[in-house]
Amino acid sequence: MSKEPREHFPESEQSIRNFNINFGPQHPAAHGVLRMVLELDGEIVDRCDPHIGLLHRGTEKLMESRTYLQNLPYFDRLDYVAPMNQEHAWCLAIESLLNIKITHRASLIRVLYSEIGRILNHLLNITTQAMDVGAFTPISWGFEEREKLMIFYERACGARLHAAYFRPGGVHQDIPEDLLDDIGSWALSFPKIVDDIEDLLTENRIFKQRNVDIGIVTKEEALDWGFSGVMVRGSGMAWDLRRAQPYECYNDFDFKIPIGRNGDCFDRYLCRVWEMRESVKIIQQAIQKLYKCQDEDVLVRGKVAPPKRNQMKKSMEALIHHFKLYTEGFHVPKGEIYSAVEAPKGEFGVYLVADGTNKPYKVKLRSPGFLHLAAMDHLCRGHQLADVSAILGSLDVVFGEIDR
Amino acid sequence: MILDEALTELNDFLILNYSDDIISSDFSYKQLSIFVNVSAIQEITSALKLNPICQFRTLVDITAVDYPEEESRFHIVYHYLSMHQNMRIRLKVPVKETELVPSITNLFPAANWFEREVFDMYGILFSDHPDMRRLLTDYGFQGHPLRKDFPTTGYIELRYDQEKKKVVYEPVKLNQEYRRFDFMSPWEGSEIDLPVQLLNEEEDTRDV
Repeated sequence: MSKEPREHFPESEQSIRNFNINFGPQHPAAHGVLRMVLELDGEIVDRCDPHIGLLHRGTEKLMESRTYLQNLPYFDRLDYVAPMNQEHAWCLAIESLLNIKITHRASLIRVLYSEIGRILNHLLNITTQAMDVGAFTPISWGFEEREKLMIFYERACGARLHAAYFRPGGVHQDIPEDLLDDIGSWALSFPKIVDDIEDLLTENRIFKQRNVDIGIVTKEEALDWGFSGVMVRGSGMAWDLRRAQPYECYNDFDFKIPIGRNGDCFDRYLCRVWEMRESVKIIQQAIQKLYKCQDEDVLVRGKVAPPKRNQMKKSMEALIHHFKLYTEGFHVPKGEIYSAVEAPKGEFGVYLVADGTNKPYKVKLRSPGFLHLAAMDHLCRGHQLADVSAILGSLDVVFGEIDR
Repeated sequence: MILDEALTELNDFLILNYSDDIISSDFSYKQLSIFVNVSAIQEITSALKLNPICQFRTLVDITAVDYPEEESRFHIVYHYLSMHQNMRIRLKVPVKETELVPSITNLFPAANWFEREVFDMYGILFSDHPDMRRLLTDYGFQGHPLRKDFPTTGYIELRYDQEKKKVVYEPVKLNQEYRRFDFMSPWEGSEIDLPVQLLNEEEDTRDV
């Protein structure tokens, strides 16, 4: 429980004891099921030992006994704040091994929904980060917008959260006609909401006192600890996989990469705010592009995708194909690949080892939050106890992806 | 995008300088992966990190793959990223089941949790690791779940006992056998006779 007191005081004075406290697993600022053992010297954190794994479901083990398509919904359950971005990495891995080129329309829809996912994530993160330091209003404003975005999810794939919408070879279904109009009009109104949230937070005295100069990450530290996403951009490095190693059709889009200067919690907050604004731009461009390719199919109708309904009614071959696809599944040729996407939290990667059968031999899910949380001890040392929740909030952790 | 020539050059450079320790290298799907001897992992990692032609400053991932039939049962897989050169590389290290692997936490602090996870999931021990504890599994968990010989259902389950008023651990009881369907029938045109296939399938379900 306690270490030896550092200094010896005269007996008349009270001796100083170090305290160990448990932060979580039921602490509201622990963002899920994190247990952190904090060793405190007064109010200063001496050591911080995160215990993770309380949400460990063995996803990687389960995936080894399921087909490639059956594995897809597991990705929604990793980072459940932005489900489709994870599916994206899985689809890209399979598509590279199978050498599939998806249609332009499918690619645009993926970009559209990846950016919606990014806004979903940042809305949750910014507002909960604000709640961790005492501001309650932003979360209710943010969740209203999240709700609208979830409905866009639902209208595309039928589920608000666990979408299973991105499929190897494209996306599951084409989006309904009026959905694009609605997303378009939402994208026009959304910047106003971001302004409102910024009005509440950006120049707020308390918010700044709690976040400015807290949890500073230098460029060196960001590299040493393997950070990605906002955690490196907040420290002033313009690194974004959408630009650096473009996947899908991000090359055709016009957007900026916001970067921070000081690498503290406040800069990371600002980066997220500006990333939302950039995502809105991407969404608007994607909608314009989607209007121009209304007739294209959204799935590559080959071995990896089901045939169209009307074909199944007429053709025996198509019916057999459908049956085989959903029972045996498709085979992926032997090989290994690492494919990564710029998920809202950072680089989300899939390392896939295929052995030529219908099931993956080995899958490793590389989640950005895992590395960010691993640096928690390093970041918290010397900070006050109250800063722990501010730092944790700015790391943007979700235990679905950390514990897998 | 990652240039193929740059990776080929890097491959040549590594083979030239570390020919004794590099077992083989493979360039597929625009990704370079290099098989390295376990004894040289420190040396090659630090070369990759510090050499100005590559500058692999970011550790992306460490994991392992289990091949129970092979003599070197595990392949430890390291992924690195160079933001400066915009390149990725994969190092693969074959190790035997009881072999110690030198930790790279001195070069990359980020390796700490990754190595703990590999230890937890595969039971591979890393030498000179500052804190070799389990990471993801329960306190007091036994076995290494991602090994191929560990059943997906596991060995123990837990539930809340109303009478004892606490959580109790019990051996796994399955009301129904764990269903592992084998659909390996000829999808790409039949080469095997169907009856033999069915026979195999029956055997498979009995095994599991």
